[in-house]
Amino acid sequence: MAFEIPKINYNGRIKEITLGEGPKAVTVGGETSMPFYLFEGEMPRKPKIAMEIQDTPPEDWPEDVLKPFGDAVNNPVSWAKKCVDTYGAELICLQLESTDPNGLDRSAEESAKIVREVADAVDVPLIVWGTANHEKDTEVLRKASEACPDKKLILGPVEEGDYKKIAAQAMAYKHTIIASSPIDINLAKQLNILLGNLGVPAEGLIMDPTVSSIGYGIEYSYSVIERIRLAALTQQDERLQYPLICNIGREAWKTKEAKIPEAESPEMGNTEKRAIMIEAMSAAILLIAGADILVIRHPESMRLAGELIDELS
Amino acid sequence: MSPTGIEIYKFLPRTNCGECGVPTCLAFAMSLAGGRAELSACPYVSEEAKQKLEEASAPPVRTVSIGTGDYSFKTGGETVMHRHEKRFEHQPGIALLISDSLSETEQDAKLAAFTRFQYKRVGAILKPDMLALRADSGSGEKYLKLVKLAAGKCPASLMLMCADTAVLDESLKICAERKPLLYAATAENSSEMAELAKKYNCPLVAKAANLADLADLSVKLQSLGIKDIVLDSSAENLKQALSDNVAIRRSAILKKFRPMGFPVINFPGQMTQDPMKESLFAGILTAKYAGILVLSDFSGETLFPLLVTRMNLYTDPQRPLATTEGIYEINNPDANSPVILTCNFSLTYFIVSGEMENSRVPCYLMIKDTEGLSVMTAWAAGKFGADTIGKFVKNSGIAAKINHRKLIIPGYASMESGGLEEELSGWEIMVGPREAAHIPAYLKQFKP
Ligand code: B12
Ligand code: SF4
Repeated sequence: MAFEIPKINYNGRIKEITLGEGPKAVTVGGETSMPFYLFEGEMPRKPKIAMEIQDTPPEDWPEDVLKPFGDAVNNPVSWAKKCVDTYGAELICLQLESTDPNGLDRSAEESAKIVREVADAVDVPLIVWGTANHEKDTEVLRKASEACPDKKLILGPVEEGDYKKIAAQAMAYKHTIIASSPIDINLAKQLNILLGNLGVPAEGLIMDPTVSSIGYGIEYSYSVIERIRLAALTQQDERLQYPLICNIGREAWKTKEAKIPEAESPEMGNTEKRAIMIEAMSAAILLIAGADILVIRHPESMRLAGELIDELS
Repeated sequence: MSPTGIEIYKFLPRTNCGECGVPTCLAFAMSLAGGRAELSACPYVSEEAKQKLEEASAPPVRTVSIGTGDYSFKTGGETVMHRHEKRFEHQPGIALLISDSLSETEQDAKLAAFTRFQYKRVGAILKPDMLALRADSGSGEKYLKLVKLAAGKCPASLMLMCADTAVLDESLKICAERKPLLYAATAENSSEMAELAKKYNCPLVAKAANLADLADLSVKLQSLGIKDIVLDSSAENLKQALSDNVAIRRSAILKKFRPMGFPVINFPGQMTQDPMKESLFAGILTAKYAGILVLSDFSGETLFPLLVTRMNLYTDPQRPLATTEGIYEINNPDANSPVILTCNFSLTYFIVSGEMENSRVPCYLMIKDTEGLSVMTAWAAGKFGADTIGKFVKNSGIAAKINHRKLIIPGYASMESGGLEEELSGWEIMVGPREAAHIPAYLKQFKP
């Protein structure tokens, strides 16, 4: 008998957003169907992977994910260069760990200097990620904005509690904003509306739906991303038609299972490979839900996720 | 897909005799639809109506049972395209492929791997389900030897992959009572395969090169009296498998197209040579509608993440799993043992209690009802603040069990420590580490 795939009627489209500037700028979005449903829609831009670095030598990263970077982890500039030159990273995500008021509490001025140095050292788009402390992020991300007026950074997380000041200034310098909300489609939409009312242009926004790793609640993230995508594509919900960024590396590497030594639990196999798989599997599940940008730590998980994307496209 | 009361009503005698216990046929239909009555309570429904009702209430994807005993599993029974619409029902069975052209030592190693890789997690055992025994050698003798070996050594569910129906018949004499899945009926051999499936009462895979042929084959098998079918669209790469699986699931659920109303089998092991990628492919297909996944090999580092992913995607999104509020005694605590507080999200409970057990330190775990929300989620939702925690601790009766007054709270709840010291006068609030993994080290240095 004749058989046809029953098609879904999509009437929406994810906005195409260009991150960074110059020859290495990256464009994401543009989907007209659920992720990789290429039998009924387009995905003109493949999802992209950003490599995560920190502004201070990490204290809680397992040895297995520090190893690939060697001494470079002691200096964000060398670390960023290593990601780009050795591992071919197409974007860098700089986590401003040192600004955490409950940790090193580095000042916004000092932090902005580091952001500037990293931005100057690499030609790929630079994502700058604060500590989700509203007061501190307001200072830190504003200073970062100011320090890089010519760089078109991607700044986040911008949340309901701190969007006004951060977004206003980011906008002035044409940086891109990461609108971040805790795994809830209505909160995500509401924040986008608030940002829109503030005057953030449609091409200056991407969304962070909040994620967790496999084994630690990824199913919530999976479903909220699917719902956001369905609303954007089938209900023409314009306020949700933005590319999604998933900061998954830190969630994967903080899990206990990424660290259990093989000798302790032989049935869990090689520790390093297992940890890479936890990161890559989390990435895979987020990709098939609708992620456009993944923030990943290990070069090997980046390779696996990248090959998975190729395989699906 | 449950029929509505009105749909059921059409099948009832409509005489309103009242013998079923409610005054009218319509009322009875409503009770049936709501699951408050059994069809057998009406003595007058015709056989035909019964059958039609059964059909109408069957899920659009048939539930197929495979195997017997501890490793038996159900696949299919699905009713939605996305888990947030209701939930995914039966997680895909995970199978390990063993070829009869491997040496006996290699086969043994695979059998050992199958039973070895099991994991206890959040109160459940995560394990693979099935062995896929494949005839590659061309020798019936070798195949039968493998079937005997596997059936004898391993309690797994079985899939017999053998195109030679005479050899398959012989293998079924060895293991038919284990209710193996037969692989596979094709356009060429469908009658013989159907014959065997009926003779031994086993579920059967239908395999065709494309979806149109697969639908034809499914219709043919059903006309031959086969009910328990598993579909194989012969997808050789991930992209094709995704597209086929979506097509099959949509046909069944959105179009109620019965020929496609069966679970699907995929072979990620044939889509890549890289074991890590194979596991990732299987993860993608777990999200996208696989009913059975056949893997080429098992290793702890690739299987564990897949099993966890499968468990996650198949949890019920409408019901966060929660643990009962109360005091839990771990490692036989006494009056000087530490007291730890956490929320009642089951995942949190299992992680925290697991670490406490591992520490071997005797201690008390206080589980506060947070409506199944995790520490930070509950805190943000106002269900894990100093006021309610204070009340809970006071009313719990913990004070009578211990001599000291020290309460260890989660690191992520540190902002409540000041408030708690006020609520619980005389208590010392100690902020524990953030991650549960650091609990054992923390407990070891605890002094009452
Ligand atoms: C999944 C999730 C949800 C799910 C709920 C899952 C559940 N059953 O709780 C849903 C989607 C429903 C949800 C909703 C909300 N969420 Co939420 N959610 C998450 C997410 C992604 C993961 C949480 C999780 O499951 N963690 C796993 C469990 C095991 O962690 P845990 O309970 O903390 O336990 C760990 C440790 O705390 C430790 N531990 C636990 N107990 C103890 C005890 C001691 C003594 C020690 C030492 C250690 C310890 O052990 C565990 C492992 O290490 C996090 C972000 C993230 N990536 O963490 C946000 C997050 C927790 N959510 C957040 C928010 C704001 C909300 C909402 C309030 C949003 C809203 N306004 O609607 C709602 C509230 C829900 C409600 N009913 O009102 C925020 C909280 C921010 C904050 N700190 O204020 C977070 C951090 C996201 C963010 N960055 O904004 N959420
Ligand atoms: S017993 Fe049957 S026929 Fe009589 S009222 Fe009930 S449903 Fe109707």
